[in-house]
Amino acid sequence: MKYTGASLLMELLKRQGIGIVAGIPGGANLPVYDALGQSDLRHILVRHEQAGGFLAQGIARSTGTAAACFATSGPGAVNLLTAIADAKLDSVPIVAVTGQVASRLIGTDAFQEVDTYGMSIPVTKHNFLVHSVSELLEVVPEAFRLALSGRQGPVLIDLPKDVQQASTDLDSLPAPGVADPAPEPDGAVLAAMARLIASADRPLLYVGGGVVASGAEAEVRVLSAACGIPVVCTLMGLGIMDPDDPLHLGMLGMHGSRATNLAVDRADLLIALGVRFDDRATGSVAGFAPRARVIHMDIDEAEIGKIRRPDISAVCDVKRALWRLNRLVARSTRETWRAEIHALRTDHPVATPDDPSHPARLVDALAVAAPENAIVTVDVGQHQMWAAQSWPVRRTRRFLTSGGLGTMGFALPAAMGAALAHPHETVLVLTGDGSLLINIQELATIAENDLDIKICVFNNGYLGLVRQQQELFYGGRYVASRFDSRPDFAAIARGFGIPGCTIRMAHDDGALARALAIKGPVLLDIAVPETENVYPMVPPGKSNIEAIWSRGGDA
Amino acid sequence: MNGLPNTIVKLMVRNHPGAMSHITGLFSRRGFNLEGILCAPVDGGVESAMYLLVRNDESLEQIVKQLRKLYDVKSVTVQDDLDHTVFNRIEQLLSEA
Repeated sequence: MKYTGASLLMELLKRQGIGIVAGIPGGANLPVYDALGQSDLRHILVRHEQAGGFLAQGIARSTGTAAACFATSGPGAVNLLTAIADAKLDSVPIVAVTGQVASRLIGTDAFQEVDTYGMSIPVTKHNFLVHSVSELLEVVPEAFRLALSGRQGPVLIDLPKDVQQASTDLDSLPAPGVADPAPEPDGAVLAAMARLIASADRPLLYVGGGVVASGAEAEVRVLSAACGIPVVCTLMGLGIMDPDDPLHLGMLGMHGSRATNLAVDRADLLIALGVRFDDRATGSVAGFAPRARVIHMDIDEAEIGKIRRPDISAVCDVKRALWRLNRLVARSTRETWRAEIHALRTDHPVATPDDPSHPARLVDALAVAAPENAIVTVDVGQHQMWAAQSWPVRRTRRFLTSGGLGTMGFALPAAMGAALAHPHETVLVLTGDGSLLINIQELATIAENDLDIKICVFNNGYLGLVRQQQELFYGGRYVASRFDSRPDFAAIARGFGIPGCTIRMAHDDGALARALAIKGPVLLDIAVPETENVYPMVPPGKSNIEAIWSRGGDA
Repeated sequence: MNGLPNTIVKLMVRNHPGAMSHITGLFSRRGFNLEGILCAPVDGGVESAMYLLVRNDESLEQIVKQLRKLYDVKSVTVQDDLDHTVFNRIEQLLSEA
């Protein structure tokens, strides 16, 4: 069978189970697009390559499978890098294929030539510069194997134009790349972990994105219930526990509740699963869980001991390990510890703000108005933290957010990927007026594909989390955090062909439900108070129990 | 050399132009010290042997773990027993330059 490099790429992508590719064509990937037109892959034309990367992430994060995106050389590839770096920090399996100038032009500063290979090294799990058609047979399956194996992540394939155009004749194609089997945990180590858990008076589960990646949420819930162990989760771990479970303490760290961070402080054993002791979770490392011994399980060996040295550790798939550990642990109700946790929560309740227009109240109102189990994508800033604090995330892969890189502009294009992967479900975007503007051009993509996405803009006219830090830590000197220009987002949406409405939340509860009931995409521009702060907030360099609890002092 | 106790990390790597970038990039990105590099093709040029002179401090464990994750790195061994004279000879060469 005859192939060009480009048609071979399409065939290999199809064999990887790729049905949708996001991207933008340009000079150096035109042969790829020509072959794409002849294939049955569905292409989504985004309006910025970064959005193509986030669209792929939306598919990957919401389904757990790898997704793909295309960009041309030079500016196309550079525009894509932010989304790739974002995927690296949150361990999201995407494969990016960038066009490159023809091999003979590489190194000559040709039109739209950049060193995509060199620039993508530190933000990918691995990258390839393809020199020949035959190399594609190895590189494409290998890219998917790498993206999906162990700790998942982004892989980039840089494909020169002449390789896209070169012909080859092949009798057979290689098998698709699949994830390597995860290392099996050692039985003696698991037994030692079970003994440590049995001997602990105040054990605490600390769970994150690795549990989601491994699909181990059921095993975490079983362990928690069987041994009476409360659970704190990272931003990436929301959805692992049922929000109504009394053992679920919610998100820890910089914006975690007082009771949650105090529970971590008092714990004598921290069972850290699929987490990396990120600074937003730990606060000052010296002050983090200072009384606790540590069990650490992660698929990435380099995370073990990177920040905190564990007492026992295992490099393994956490689902498989917990499945076995759950057969070894001694059942316990841990009445004393649970009573202590209960007292912490009673003494330090998470208060609902009195002001009905408070953004946290808006999160609650949206959660009531939205269908249960809607997929939510969240941007970056204050609204993200209010959502993380109170959105009822009942399942994993339903609350998609840029955790590690904190990329404003994530939510809109990620929602497009989630909507394409789940065409019969409601997708909500929670964003701010700052974040929305970063990828607002994607309203065109949403309109063009009639994606059923409800865009809820928390509009306070500020880069709110920047303003908050300037208030708290920079003497109230507000530099470049206020928007003097306040665009009419509803009118902008209508300009793209998407219904838009402006809502004054405090005065119109029914408006949300009515707006969300509109079929197809809709944008709700919702005014929120300009200067509300997210509390608690741990000041930089402080430990989590030294948080500022409310404006003007201690709670 | 610099008075600090050093050690040598030996790598076997795929011999292609990008491999060196992956390895040196790792050191700069993660803030690890790298005192010296020796690299030469072996096995008919399919692989390269690379000797990295690094400080023997608390970051060594992370260095080894992060190097092991690189696709182009086939093996990583810390060679406490290897003497550093090969690097000393380079020092001498440089001082004569």
